[in-house]
Order: sequence, then structure tokens, then C-alpha cells
Amino acid sequence: MSGADNVVWLGAPAFPEAARTALADTRLRANLRRATGTIRDKRLAVAAELEDWEELRETAASVKRHTLRHLDHHLLRLEKAVTAAGGVVHWASDAAEANRIVTALVKATGGGDIEKHEVVKVKSMATQEIGLNEALADAGIRAYETDLAELIVQLGGDRPSHILVPAIHRGRSEIREIFRREMGEWGRPAPEDLTDEPRDLAEAARLHLREKFLRAKVAVSGANFAAADTGTIAVVESEGNGRMCLTLPETLITVMGIEKVLPSFADLDVFLQLLPRSSTGERMNPYTSLWTGVTEGDGPRNFHLVLLDNGRTATLADEVGRQALACIRCSACLNVCPVYERTGGHAYGSVYPGPIGAVLTPQLVGIENAASLPFASTLCGACYDACPVKINIPEVLVHLRAEAVEAKRRDRLLPTTEALAMKAAGAVLGSPRRLAAVQRLAAMGARLVARDGRIGALPGPFARWSGTRDTPAPARESLRAWWRRTRPPTSEDSGTTAERKG
Amino acid sequence: MRIALFITCFNDTMFPRTGRAVTELLERLGHTVEFPQGQTCCGQMHFNTGYRPETLPMVRRFAEVFAGYDAVVAPSGSCAGMVRDHHRVVAAQYGDAALAEAVEHVVPTVYELSELLVDVLGVTDVGACFPHRVTYHPTCHSLRMLRVGDRPLRLLRAVKGIDLVELPAAESCCGFGGTFALKNADVSNAMLADKMRHVQNTGAEFLSAGDNSCLTHIGGGLSRLRTGVGTMHLAEILASTEGDLR
Repeated sequence: MSGADNVVWLGAPAFPEAARTALADTRLRANLRRATGTIRDKRLAVAAELEDWEELRETAASVKRHTLRHLDHHLLRLEKAVTAAGGVVHWASDAAEANRIVTALVKATGGGDIEKHEVVKVKSMATQEIGLNEALADAGIRAYETDLAELIVQLGGDRPSHILVPAIHRGRSEIREIFRREMGEWGRPAPEDLTDEPRDLAEAARLHLREKFLRAKVAVSGANFAAADTGTIAVVESEGNGRMCLTLPETLITVMGIEKVLPSFADLDVFLQLLPRSSTGERMNPYTSLWTGVTEGDGPRNFHLVLLDNGRTATLADEVGRQALACIRCSACLNVCPVYERTGGHAYGSVYPGPIGAVLTPQLVGIENAASLPFASTLCGACYDACPVKINIPEVLVHLRAEAVEAKRRDRLLPTTEALAMKAAGAVLGSPRRLAAVQRLAAMGARLVARDGRIGALPGPFARWSGTRDTPAPARESLRAWWRRTRPPTSEDSGTTAERKG
Repeated sequence: MRIALFITCFNDTMFPRTGRAVTELLERLGHTVEFPQGQTCCGQMHFNTGYRPETLPMVRRFAEVFAGYDAVVAPSGSCAGMVRDHHRVVAAQYGDAALAEAVEHVVPTVYELSELLVDVLGVTDVGACFPHRVTYHPTCHSLRMLRVGDRPLRLLRAVKGIDLVELPAAESCCGFGGTFALKNADVSNAMLADKMRHVQNTGAEFLSAGDNSCLTHIGGGLSRLRTGVGTMHLAEILASTEGDLR
């Protein structure tokens, strides 16, 4: 299952463990807080500018719902339109197949000249997801990331930690070090006197990348959207480096998750308003590139579209979980998530981090391969409020938690400690008599361990709670006991029918 | 109005004074409060931790015990949210048609305390007096599941003598999240640390909220650090009167 190997990073620890490591890194936390805080505030301000923001969200959500319900139909329309416009459509059921297709296409363009076996890349989550760069490297093809943040990640031998800002975890002095150390290995070296001023760093990247743009014969991109009626593909970006890749090379290969299709070109109207405001907090993104097949004398002469499934059809089959496929990768949910803000993206151990990753990743790879992710949330709901396409992330999280628990029940001979505790709690909470008995016991026990009504260190699973927090002692008299003692019974007080059933 | 008190298992066991405060408050406003003894728990812990089938008996019990009241009040945003958002889901997934109907019947009568007071009973000034510096944490489920908005603050602003101060980053989660605090203890602690810092910066004597679970988390941290900041459920502030001062 090579697809899963890259959606979920091999050997990545479960979330709680990875989070502990991340939390210990104070510089990381400071970088994250500053970066997410800035984007969060900008997003709120520009979203508030649009009077019809909520209507736009609702429209986007309904377009996505409709498209996902009739995905097969719209994909076939897309294939027809792209083919008619002179493009070639390929279907890939998983990562391995997609990588095979792209590798073969690149090799076919290079002829026997190994020098030509290189590609420039537009920032793309889909190619991250399938591990394309590594697959190309195995075939002797060098892939150069041209997005500034992806370049930092690639040169640093690192993993992306944010959907939109893959190098969000890096400070500018770290970036300077990476550029000085690594740029020469990949092409034009960084200037000797490189400072950590953003302008200087950007200039170094510009010079380094320019030779790649001018030399490359093949570019690989993802897609933000694809219009089924016209066969038009859309990529939005901030730097213009993507546009260089989309226009200069002779061959353009686009790898696109099948959920990215939209029924019509006119639908872009809605999404091109929502995406930049939600992602970078800009009213409009600086570069929007649209292309339809190939055009004589303008842009790439060959266009290939690889339609990637890689777990999406299985996700589509889940009525609650499928809404995660509506994601437009804006990363608004990451920027408002209090858990992401403190742990960063690497803790999620997946190419899709944050709240959307916590619901998308387990669905793409199977819950048993990412069982800790649906629990990496307090269910505070900030992500749902921020999502421009109204994905009810908390709803999907608890839905997947149930699946994780069921998967564990299936796989184990003996129940987990947690399952036993939940069963015991269920038995107590299933009957007011048993609950009252436990309350009396708890009150007695508390009197033994509490000091000034507070309990300090606790044993067992509660040790991690009591390490930093006191616990109030259970009351000497529960409310139900107080009520019985002080209030005359009424007809409704008996609860006898429920009691018999419980 | 004949109002049933759904105290929630957590308040029942740990914070009976909150339930007594709700009772006093509503009776002071001229309403009849009843405590159905058959009640237990909304099932939130089981549901949110993934033990969904185990939630069914609690959903069934709730629908049965709380049927037929004018209103059911819960001094907990997250438990009220559980009933309102998820009981239908459980009934549909594991129950029968009769249960689904019973749930459908009871859910619209369930209110969180500030909703009941402002929307149903139409009061914002409940005649309370609490001459202390207080800051308010809105709690995620009240804020985003129930959308109680500024109802608690409107109630608090009307309290005589109160010095209500704004909590910085009030809408950030405190990091409790039920079993999250155990499963992801380190992240939970990091979130708690920030929340406590904000609370302390207000100089408040009391941190208030509509959920004792969040208050247990934040208050437990404040207590461990010996900050001297107390926690108090919204209901207890609203139940306080000038008589309590003497």
C-alpha cells in the first residue's frame, strides 16, 4: 500500500507522542503562534468585508455536495472536455499507479538524454500525497520544487508542516542556513553574504530557480479546481513561480485528486472568492492560472491530466466522512486550531496536518493506520466555523473516533483498559441507583485523600491530569441526595420505568 | 413554568451547589423546578470518545425521564449540546422508531441555562448581586455548538455590584476536551497554561463559565499554581443576592 506510506509517514509516532516532542520546541511554538495568529486575523478581516460571506460558504458547500454525489458523471465530462481540447487524461487508482504514469511520461519526453530527465514542480498536495518526488528520484529523475516554502522544505531534507505554508515551522535564520548549506548541491548556490532579510532570501531563491525555469522541459503541477464543462484546470498561487512552470516547459503533467472537479467554469466565481480570503487572508490571490488543453504557439505543447483516486472512492462511500472531500486546501482550519497552533504539522505524521488532516488522512489510508488522529482535537469547533466550504470537522472527528474504537474491538481478543473503563462507566451511568451508590463511595474516598477540598496527585490514567491540576473533591452530598433530603417527592421523581429498563 | 432540572452526572457528583443555585434562581423567578430522580447522564463522554453503542441506554433514559416538561434546563453547554446535536444521531443509528420519536419530542425542550433565562423566560436582570471582579470564559460548546452568543454576558452585566472584565482570547479553547485531557495531556497542558495566563492578566477574583467541566480544568490549574483566583459557575453568580452578603 504505497499510497498510505506517504499520506501517513512511515515510522511516524502516534499523535500524542509526536505532539510531546513538538511542544518541547519553544522556537517552533513561537514561529507557529506568530504565523497562524497573523493569518487568522487577516482572514477574519477580509471575510468580514464580504456581506454575502455566509451565502458564499453555503453555495460552495452545496456545489461540493452536488459534485461529490455525481462525481463519476462530472469526471467523465471532464475527461471528454480535456481530450477535446488536446489534452490526454490518465486514471490512477492509487499512488503507485500515478507515479508510474508520471514517470513514464517524463521519460518519454527526455529521449535518451539523461540531462533532460528533470522536472520543475508547482506546489501540489496531490504529488506530496503520492510521494512523487521520491518515485521520480528512484527512476533517476530530479524534481525541483519551485514554491519558495516547498523549496525550503526540499533543500532542508524536511517534511512540509502546513498545507499552505509548508515551511511555517522555520524561522528566517534557519532558512538562511539551509540556503547557504544546500543551494549549491541543487544548482546555483546562495550568495556568500546572504543575510536573513526576507528580501535577500527571496532574491537568492529567485536566482536559484530562474535557471531551472529556463532549462526544464517538463513541469508537474497539481490542480486547485477543474471545470468539467470546459476542461479548464485552475492553479492559484502567490509567487508567480507556478505560472513559470505552467507556461515555459514543453510538457505539463497535472496530478489531480478526483474530488477537485467542479461542474462548470462558472463555479470558479464562488471558489476564487472563498479560497484566497480563507487561506492567505487576501482579497484575491496574486496569480490565477487557467488552461484548457493545449493551444498552438502558447504554453506547453503537451498536456497530461492524471486523475488520482488513492482512497477517495472509499471515502466517498462514507456518508458522514465524505464531506472531507469538499476540502479546497485553504488551511483556514489549521490556522484557527488550538491544537495545531501548539504542535505544528509534523506531529500529525501525515502530508495532511491539522483538523482537516485529522479527518482526511484516516479516511484515505484506513482508520487503523491513523487511529490517533481523530482524537487529536478538543472538539472546540473553531475549524468548522472557519471552513469556507462548511465541512463539519467535529462531526467527522467523532464519527471516525467511533470507527477507531470499533476497529480496535475487531482486532483485539481482549478489550482495552479504556474500553473496560467505558463499560464500567456505562453501567454506572445506566442506572440512577448505581450512580447514587458510586457518588456515596466517591464522597467517602474523597474525604480520605482530599485536602481543603482539593485532590492532588491521582493514580493510574489520571496521573497525567493531576500532574498539573488539582481536582475538586466529589461533594459530600450529591445533588440528587440533597433533593431527596430536602424536597418532597413528586410524581415524576420516581423514574421507575426507566429504572427497570436500565 | 414547569421546568425539569437536568443536572448532568458531573455536576451532580462534583458540584451540587450549581444545581442548588439553578433551583434557587428559577424559583426566585417564580417557576416550578423538578428533579426527575431517574436521570443520569447525557452520554457525551462515551459518544465523544467513540463508544457510540454504549451511549444508547443514556439517550433512551434521557428521552424517557425528561418527556413532558415545559422546559428542561442544563447548567452545562456541552451536555445541552450533546443532547441537542447528537441524541438524534444515536437514536437513528442504534435505536428504534419509537426512540427516534421520543428524542424528537424532548430535544426542542432542552436549554442551556442562559438560553432558558434569556430566550424562554425573557429575563436578563435576574435580581442578582455579586460585588466582585469577574471574568467570563465562554466555553467552546456553548459558543459554537449552542451559539449562546452574548446571553451569559448580558445576564452578568445586569448583576448588581459586579465588576465584569473581558477575558483576552476568550474564545480560545481551554484544552479540556473531555478525554482529550488524558489522551493528549501535553497539548492540553499547553492550552491550559495560555488560558490561565489570560485569566490572571485580568486581575479577576473569579473566573466564571457555563460549564463546570471547563472550570474544573482551568480552576484545577489555577489552584495548583496557588493563584488565588476562584472559579464559579454562572448559575451561582446569578443566584447570589444581597441577602447572601449579610
